[in-house]
Amino acid sequence: MKVVNSAHAGTLESSDAYIQINPINEDIVEIELESSVEELYGEMIEELIRETLKQMEVSHVHVKIQDKGALDLVLKARLQAAVLRACQLSRNPDWSLL
Amino acid sequence: MKLRRSMLFVPGSNTAMVCNAYVYKPDTVMFDLEDSVALAEKDSARLMVYHALKHFVYKDIETAVRVNPLDSPYGHLDLEAVVTAGVDIVRLPKTDSVEDVLAMQEAIEKIEKKTGRTKKTLLLAAIESAQGVVNAVDIARCTPRLMGIALGAEDYVRDLRTQRTRAGHELSAARSQILIAARAAKIQAFDSVFSDVRDKEGFIEEVKKIKNLGFDGKSLVNPNQIYLLHHIYAPSQEEIEWALEVVEAAEYAKRNGLGVVSIDGRMVDAPVVARAEFTLKLAKISGFMGEDDE
Repeated sequence: MKVVNSAHAGTLESSDAYIQINPINEDIVEIELESSVEELYGEMIEELIRETLKQMEVSHVHVKIQDKGALDLVLKARLQAAVLRACQLSRNPDWSLL
Repeated sequence: MKLRRSMLFVPGSNTAMVCNAYVYKPDTVMFDLEDSVALAEKDSARLMVYHALKHFVYKDIETAVRVNPLDSPYGHLDLEAVVTAGVDIVRLPKTDSVEDVLAMQEAIEKIEKKTGRTKKTLLLAAIESAQGVVNAVDIARCTPRLMGIALGAEDYVRDLRTQRTRAGHELSAARSQILIAARAAKIQAFDSVFSDVRDKEGFIEEVKKIKNLGFDGKSLVNPNQIYLLHHIYAPSQEEIEWALEVVEAAEYAKRNGLGVVSIDGRMVDAPVVARAEFTLKLAKISGFMGEDDE
């Protein structure tokens, strides 16, 4: 899946997360995380982000996550919404990758 | 028949509600992708509901999703997401005719086939127009996938060119028609939401009314309404005592090879026993009886 635009999804409300996706030139996934629970769950969140992007076959991206105590299902949903928007695939998602 | 007194509407775009609705223990959690979700957030709400349906916290509670109409740009996408994720019930909005139900059924069957889903997704048709009320009998009978029909009162009163009142006279004909259609088809009937969450007394009055009419349950917009509704639907002490007596008499009849027995001169036959057993089931679910109280 090729990220062609910048895009975001989510909110800064409690239990939610605001996730921004930006395309970059390098074949890597850059993660920038701001979370009130970073000390406890930072590694788990980063692992979830990397795993979700790998499943979607996405690289060359900078991901900024502003987490407000979101559950794993919320982080996944917000990340995938942002990626699909950035790939202009919101109208035609491949559910086997989500 | 499954107990479905309370169907709690949860906007698919409300993250906190999507994550926590199961805690309030409604009989069914009904995620909404239609009217409560802004057009710009249809995609993200769909993903949120997709992941909620797959999450372990929703494994032990019945789930339904109100999808967008198939003739909108979102209907088929919603359907693919929720059927793939394993939703129990799809709620069709604005069901005017048998064709609306069959079109939804066909779309669901295609997705089930594609994904290899073996458990059949059930359908709940929301009747929200005069035309839908007129066609309620045909709609209720059109497919075994249909587990119930529900009144969607807000759109219905708009179609009738009136508005909802506390007394609810404007809904009388539709409620009766929907209930009779459901009973004739041996499926369930659900009443519309009571939107004014501050009006506790009005809500209680309405629930008492629809319970007495015979509705199986009601769509709810606020978790605070669940307890009130369950309390009203719970059987009274008198009803529980009657039910225990009936079940005991039926067991006596069975043991002694009798077809029917009577209690206080009133015949106890199969429909009466079934009603008594349902009353006891409701009493247990409502927490008024333990397993050993029979």
